[in-house]
Amino acid sequence: MPKDPKIKKVLVIGSGPIIIGQAAEFDYSGTQACRALKSEGIETVLVNSNPATIMTDPDIADHVYIEPLTAEVVERIIEKERPDAILPNLGGQMGLNLSMELARSGFLDRSGVRLLACRPDTIDRAEDRQLFKDTMEKLHQPVIPSKVVEDLDSAMEFAGQIGYPVIVRPAFTMGGTGGGICEDPEKLHEIATNGLRLSPIHQILVEKCIAGWKEIEYEVMRDHKGNVITVCNMENLDPVGIHTGDSIVVAPSQTLSDKEYQMLRTAALDIITELGIEGGCNCQFALKPDSFEYAVIEVNPRVSRSSALASKATGYPIAKVATKIALGYTLDEISNDVTGETCACFEPALDYVVVKYPKWPFDKFVYADKSLGTQMMATGEVMAIGNNFEHALMKAVSSIELGMDTLTLPAFEELTTEQVIEHLHVQDSERAFCVYEALKRGVPHKTIYDITRIDWWFLDKMQHLADLELGLKTGPLTREKYLEAKHYGFLDKTIRRLSGLEQLPMDHYVAGFKMVDTCAAEFAAKTPYFYSTCDKINEAEQFIAERPTNKKKILVFGSGPIRIGQGIEFDYCSVHAVWTLKKHGCEAILVNNNPETVSTDFDTGDRLYFDPLNPESVDNIIATEKPDGCLVQFGGQTAIKLAKHMDEIGLPIYGTPADAIDEAEDRERFDELLERCGIPRPEGRTVYNLEQALQAAQEVGYPVLMRPSYVLGGQNMIVAYNSADVVEYMGVITAHVDMSHPVLMDKYIYGTECEVDAICDGTDYLVPGIMEQVERTGVHSGDSICVYPPYDFPQSVIDTLVDYTGRFARELKVVGLVNVQYAVQDGKVYVIEVNPRSSRTVPYISKVTGVPMVDLAVRCTLGEKLKDMGYGTGLWHGGKSPYVAVKVPVYSFLKLHGVDTMLGPEMKSTGEVLGIAPTFHEAMIKGLVAAGYQFKTPGPGSCVIISVKDSDKREAAELAWKLHDYGYKIYGTPGTARYLNSQMIPCSTVRQMSGERPNVIDLLESGLVDYIISTSPHGRDPHRDSVRFRRKATELSIPCITALDTARILVDAMRGDHDISRMELVDVARLHRTAAEGK
Amino acid sequence: MQAYLILANGMVFKGRSLGCQGTTVGEVVFATGMVGFEETLTDPSYYGQIITQTYPLIGNYGMNRQDQESDRVWAKGYIVREACTTPSNFRSEETLDTFLKDQGIIGIEGIDTRALTRVLRESGVMNGAITTEFDPEQQQECLSRLMTAIRKYAVTGAVAAVTCTEPQCFAPTAGVAQGEEPLHIALLDLGCKNNIVRCLCKRGCRVTVLPGTTTPAELAALDPDGLMLSNGPGDPAENVEIIANIRAMLDTGIPAFGICLGHQLTALAAGAKTCKMKYGHRGANQPVTDFALERTFITSQNHGYAVLGNTLPQGVGRVSHVNANDKTCEGIEYQQWNCFTVQFHPEANGGPKDTEFLFDRFLQNVRRINRVKGGR
Repeated sequence: MPKDPKIKKVLVIGSGPIIIGQAAEFDYSGTQACRALKSEGIETVLVNSNPATIMTDPDIADHVYIEPLTAEVVERIIEKERPDAILPNLGGQMGLNLSMELARSGFLDRSGVRLLACRPDTIDRAEDRQLFKDTMEKLHQPVIPSKVVEDLDSAMEFAGQIGYPVIVRPAFTMGGTGGGICEDPEKLHEIATNGLRLSPIHQILVEKCIAGWKEIEYEVMRDHKGNVITVCNMENLDPVGIHTGDSIVVAPSQTLSDKEYQMLRTAALDIITELGIEGGCNCQFALKPDSFEYAVIEVNPRVSRSSALASKATGYPIAKVATKIALGYTLDEISNDVTGETCACFEPALDYVVVKYPKWPFDKFVYADKSLGTQMMATGEVMAIGNNFEHALMKAVSSIELGMDTLTLPAFEELTTEQVIEHLHVQDSERAFCVYEALKRGVPHKTIYDITRIDWWFLDKMQHLADLELGLKTGPLTREKYLEAKHYGFLDKTIRRLSGLEQLPMDHYVAGFKMVDTCAAEFAAKTPYFYSTCDKINEAEQFIAERPTNKKKILVFGSGPIRIGQGIEFDYCSVHAVWTLKKHGCEAILVNNNPETVSTDFDTGDRLYFDPLNPESVDNIIATEKPDGCLVQFGGQTAIKLAKHMDEIGLPIYGTPADAIDEAEDRERFDELLERCGIPRPEGRTVYNLEQALQAAQEVGYPVLMRPSYVLGGQNMIVAYNSADVVEYMGVITAHVDMSHPVLMDKYIYGTECEVDAICDGTDYLVPGIMEQVERTGVHSGDSICVYPPYDFPQSVIDTLVDYTGRFARELKVVGLVNVQYAVQDGKVYVIEVNPRSSRTVPYISKVTGVPMVDLAVRCTLGEKLKDMGYGTGLWHGGKSPYVAVKVPVYSFLKLHGVDTMLGPEMKSTGEVLGIAPTFHEAMIKGLVAAGYQFKTPGPGSCVIISVKDSDKREAAELAWKLHDYGYKIYGTPGTARYLNSQMIPCSTVRQMSGERPNVIDLLESGLVDYIISTSPHGRDPHRDSVRFRRKATELSIPCITALDTARILVDAMRGDHDISRMELVDVARLHRTAAEGK
Repeated sequence: MQAYLILANGMVFKGRSLGCQGTTVGEVVFATGMVGFEETLTDPSYYGQIITQTYPLIGNYGMNRQDQESDRVWAKGYIVREACTTPSNFRSEETLDTFLKDQGIIGIEGIDTRALTRVLRESGVMNGAITTEFDPEQQQECLSRLMTAIRKYAVTGAVAAVTCTEPQCFAPTAGVAQGEEPLHIALLDLGCKNNIVRCLCKRGCRVTVLPGTTTPAELAALDPDGLMLSNGPGDPAENVEIIANIRAMLDTGIPAFGICLGHQLTALAAGAKTCKMKYGHRGANQPVTDFALERTFITSQNHGYAVLGNTLPQGVGRVSHVNANDKTCEGIEYQQWNCFTVQFHPEANGGPKDTEFLFDRFLQNVRRINRVKGGR
């Protein structure tokens, strides 16, 4: 049956801001869905609060709403746009939950909007714990002994029956938030209480812990006729007990015989058939290692993170096929784009091994608890493809950007073997490295297996790598030894380091590229999707030779795994760069290693190389492609880091030269630059060690801002107030950063920060917009609420900002994008830093102004001039805008234990949302609502706790008065309360956490606390009182504001009209059309 | 130890010896299944062939002898990229290498199997040899002798080589009610996989496996309730006598079900033609459309010949299944006989079990005919 002709206009709901457990993969699936809809001639309406996404581009959807993802807003969009149907299963848990809410309330029926692909009862049967169990029992599918409970007593009682350890899984939370393994009744008490609170329906599942079983996943697809296929199966290296999002995952499964493989495959097909899902579905199983016993762990009735991985691992476009199925096509009617000859109703055959490796934020949050469990912690992931497991694993380790090129973690090398074995018990993000260290020491596999339950097969393969590494360190480096090391993924650099030899047995080693073609070479495929191997046959070379072109070939480097500070926005930039190159007659060749992104979709660029972004890997691609040049400015720090190497090997960098990057990063050269430009900056020094640091701080005067050079996302950036801070942070920085790059120390300026992005063609420049930060300097720009256009700068400041930016651009010979951060104090403008590259703000400035920044920047790099592009030069529209846009950061603190929620110069947010409205107040309200802030109305006993440092007390008094006036009872920690009382503000004192009970903990647990304002002394040590207080608040989901500026905004918003139901819904796509036409 | 794969077109792949040493000549084919290599190795349909596994890591879960589809390896050689020396699975008893040695099979590992597959895809299956006995780059004389053998090689007399010599009986393993007489199915062994027997036995059948040369009279003497025609190796058209026998057997009205070679021989018996495919279908991911059910199923396949659906004479039967990729004939429903046949492997092993219900359909036919006959 062809598609349903009645569907002419479809609403797609995105997944909102990036948070742990819900990341870029839904931009990938949503974008693919929109493109599939478009190719069917269907008008699409898109809603997503996340402005950094590609799906919210006017190129992708016909109507784009960057609005809060609430049922109310979506209802209004439906009323305005009148779509025929809604596509619920491609926008993650967020999109699914919202769609279900609208379906259940009867709104969709009343508005005549069809729900495609699934029915609410299907979703309930997969997600409601009891219904799920009943469904599995009906299918005779084994499940783990478990019970759904709605109160703590029942949980304790059931656990007593089945015995500890037990796992708690809250219902309807994403990424397993609030769950965990409980070894004993005390732990159950804690986790169950928390889980019940976090579950929107106050329901948790208590189940028998089967930690140690193999964890196997199947990605399944089904159409309305009942055709079913599995796209891929995957085996987790880490056994059951560690969330699959935090596991090293291998595709296809390695240790399953056909019997086990088919047993679980059949189970997965039976499940999707029984649930009646039309589209994609993910089934997770636990398989006992020593029998055929298994259990169904979980079913995700939608496109998920795993399906993004499966898509990239196999080449099978799950989201696109799921969309076509939703429109009424059957699997056998949809063609396999990869081969062009076969149909989508088949199962990909792999002739390589895929390894997924998680990217955790622990290199940033050094004090965070690194242990892993049933709740996902990773912010992103990398994928690597090889024709042996070892090679794929080595590629993955290189791609996660921990500065490692083998699995050797120096910290473990220093432990005794006994300590290493002891450490194997620690189930944390470094366990694979610990296992590797144990293997290098010759610890018996049985010992390691008994502790970790990592399958022997994986231990044997890791042993092989360990033996190779040790072998390289001893004896002569023969040609055979070298070739073997290459075959299993060792880089030349690593071989040189380990062998201590500069001269390798071969002059020039060249990789051969193989194609990912879904069919193990059974059919001639057309996919330009390659990975490197050590084979001689180079399919990429043949592919290129068969398609001669005289187009300019340009390499575009992607941004690697999603992490705090380098998120989806750089994928947005890379993808747009590729599109622009293609539009302007160039061949765009993409290199990236992140399976969750649009950039690694095989039809984004002209060719895709799914490989690590290290110099050797890139050299191999260059040897095959022989490109005319490369673009480094769009892929964040990952790509920028390659600029120097490109310069060395002589590959032209299109746009801003590598030297400009160095000039902006190198302290002395930057100072000279400023002098030439006549621009002031805070006084600063460059230091290499603690001694110099302490002296510099003395000279400049506290407080000082300290950071390593070459940073992004404020990695390891701090404000030091005294010498103790300097000592602590130099310790942390030197532990994590290569000290060949110095540490920068600047006088810290109190004032307003702002950010300016500009496009330059070498002569002229265009500033699309200026973003002003709400929080004063000291809070990282990625963590501040930002407003476009600036709301309290006088014209003179704006003129200065534009003028300075222009001077930098010219002096640095920027061609493309430049991002400058300024601090404004008493009308005087200081430069904080200049980044001659794309920035985090590019996607949303593009969206709110309608200026296609990446497009213009790429055209500049190709030699076009701004004055010919029709968007003018200088400040776009004179800085005037019909709309105000407010960016609000979003955090994943709930997932990260032990991390202080206090904002500072080090970036902590994982994602962001945007509020767009005609006025500042409305835009702010929209942004806050989209970010999940709730405007509560004080009820009887409702209170606010205030605990601020001395310098904040005066300002806090004003806020306290407003809150009191609004009807809140105010509590303060002793110092704060004393001060507030002295200002005649009613405030009760509450004892600190370390004080005797009842203290602030009891107050927090009373359920009466609506908000907390806590700016008490900074510090990252999780044992401090103030840090523990904020953590406790986070765990109880009580909004905790850590900057007075944020608090002021929130209090004003609360007291003003915060009803978004009357605010204008802004179609961003229309803004773009206006900008492109009317200018 | 070095080993070499030499193809009829003169290409040489250098690798390492796996299993036994020596020289073996065969027809080089590729199989795309990612699991099920023990089943593949012991599948009699691979008689005379050298199997290339496209999945690079083979032997990861070891050999267990329980998953064998016959009691020995029938293939002439085995080509893998990397043979696992440290298998891991609770049923694993030995490594691929020791298994091949035990079976007397010559193999090669460490070659670019994807490059080889691409050659086979482009030029079609071709003869080749694996040798550990000389270096073809050095010893031209040995090479030219071997090339002659390679060019001359053809898979002939395949069915005769793999079929059993004596009838064998198998009792039902499940599905028989107390006091009920089990159905009796005669299974013509043309190179039968064990799982066809298992699929029938677990559905309550008593199975008599018969040599491929069984005559219609011998079958009639046995008086079975139904006839199963198994899979098997080689060029179907070669089996002139068996084809005539099958025609006579089916003319009696006995309900029958044919798989793979059984499907091809039945079609030939009905007057259709078969052809050799360029590189065949060997894998666990082949989509087959069932016209009656309007569904497409993922099937396990292993065949190098196919029935030309359009050569089926009028009124004899109709093509019931086609391959959703290349539209080749995958099943026939006969009008003149109580028979349906499929090209793919509903018994799986290795591969998906999505079409195992065809055994139920066959047994329904058997029961229906039985009732008409007023039998059990």
